[in-house]
Amino acid sequence: MGYSAMGSFINIYRLRQLPAWLVKQLALLSLSLLTIFPLYFMTTNSFKSRDDFLKNSLGVPQSVELQNFLKILQHPNLGRWFSNSIILTVGSVLLCTAIAILAAYAFAQMSFAGRDTLFNLITPLMVIPPIVMVIPMFILFRQLRLVNNLGGPLIIYSGLMLPFTIYLLRNFFVTIPREIKEAALMDGCTGFQVLTKIYLPLSRPALVTSMIVNAVWVWNELLIALVFLQSEELRTLIVGITTSLQKRFTLDVPSLMAGLAIATLPMIIIYIIGQNALVRGLTAGYEK
Amino acid sequence: MQISVAKKIIPYLYLMPALALIILVFIYPVIDLIWRSLTKVVKGVPTWTGFIAYQNALNDPIFWTSFWNNIRLFLSVPILVVLSLIFSTLIFERIHGWRIYRSIVFIPYVLAIPVVGIVFSYILQANGVFNTILRSIGLGAWAREWLGSPSTAIWTIMFVIIWKELGFGIVLFLARLSSISEELFDSAKLDGANWWQQLFYITVPQMTTVIEFYIIVNMITMLSWVFAYVLVMTKGGPGNSTWVLEYFIYQKAFPYSQMQIASAAAVMLLLFASALMFLQARLRRQVGVDGV
Repeated sequence: MGYSAMGSFINIYRLRQLPAWLVKQLALLSLSLLTIFPLYFMTTNSFKSRDDFLKNSLGVPQSVELQNFLKILQHPNLGRWFSNSIILTVGSVLLCTAIAILAAYAFAQMSFAGRDTLFNLITPLMVIPPIVMVIPMFILFRQLRLVNNLGGPLIIYSGLMLPFTIYLLRNFFVTIPREIKEAALMDGCTGFQVLTKIYLPLSRPALVTSMIVNAVWVWNELLIALVFLQSEELRTLIVGITTSLQKRFTLDVPSLMAGLAIATLPMIIIYIIGQNALVRGLTAGYEK
Repeated sequence: MQISVAKKIIPYLYLMPALALIILVFIYPVIDLIWRSLTKVVKGVPTWTGFIAYQNALNDPIFWTSFWNNIRLFLSVPILVVLSLIFSTLIFERIHGWRIYRSIVFIPYVLAIPVVGIVFSYILQANGVFNTILRSIGLGAWAREWLGSPSTAIWTIMFVIIWKELGFGIVLFLARLSSISEELFDSAKLDGANWWQQLFYITVPQMTTVIEFYIIVNMITMLSWVFAYVLVMTKGGPGNSTWVLEYFIYQKAFPYSQMQIASAAAVMLLLFASALMFLQARLRRQVGVDGV
């Protein structure tokens, strides 16, 4: 077969593939549009006046209005809600990670009685429905004055994230060769120094992954924040915006959308920066 | 001698904070809940009541409405599996623009359920943009208040859950696909297998374990993680038509203060979730046997 004959063969082959290619592109394009649409709806409407929204809720804004954002930013509790969310997210992720590092190190690099049994008992805890914990914890924390106190959800979040975090970090720690640990011990490092000076720097990808997955979860959590933080000033941003603002701005949809956009922005930033880490973390649950 | 004792204790010292927190957040609540479901506090003294609270929950028609709604939501699982398979395969083929598509489909994962729920409830209301679009393409007869009528509300919630959960499935399946040997696909193409044949005879058999894993994870999601959708989009309404078990427990415990019935329902939900968990553990063991 000559070169040109081969070339035309490929062209015919490509041509025959064209309808299939179009169908595939159309399918992916439709899914992408469907995925983007709610974000488009939220963003464009947050810049509209109420009139503009009522007449044209589907199109782009007639003129860009910033008053909706100003209205939300002037809400007396918004700053508090934002800092509550930051405190809870940063606090519980750090606490959980610190505790999980210690446990994962023991599970991965130490030998002790009952190690594997214990590890196998911890991972299935991930499937216990959170609503199951809420009633007993609420009664207990009410007695301990941890209801309407950021410390309450901080403890619960840290605990709820532990099984996943221990699982992820332990599976990373076991891939670090034991010889490295033994060499460091020969050089006079203590076991704890081995952890902090060798294991942690080597585990940065796993640590970043688990922290991002956990931070997204805490920031977006509703049930526990709703039950344990009932006073208006102690709400998290998500609860504040979706309960207080939803009631207050039922008729002022553009302002409500501006509030939702503000609450979503940090997650979009995390998504842009940490997309790969997120994907790694979520697929780690399956890869063994 | 002393050194070896210390050595034996050290691992437990590392585990102690984690175990303490796990006991507080997981173990204690489960035990307390079971105890609470079987006793009633009379004049400050817990009194054994047997399974009365369970009977009360089981005799409550709303409990069954809630239960069947969770079962209805299970219908989203096969839909999610099929859509994830198709779209992950398409992206895996490195079709033009696959990187952009992959980035877009995963966005819903980082969005908060309450935010998603509120946005959709405006899109889907009676004069919302969805109905406007339907009318403009001549399907006006289909337009309705999607979250406001008992016959469509739970299915509309299911649609939103699928919208939110699909990205995870696609990304999960993509990770598995990239570890399948390309030779398998190449030889299938040489044998003249078309796209669907490749999907059913090569891709699906290679992915059975990850598909099983995804099915179980999603069933657990539909049982234990749908509270926020219901609370934000319908508050259980119209009527009680969109209550789910989590919402039943929440309503009984907090607005109604019927802690004992709530506890009994929570124990039953836990049993349900545990049954799925054991199923997963069995599948996992099979994964080990297969060496995948």
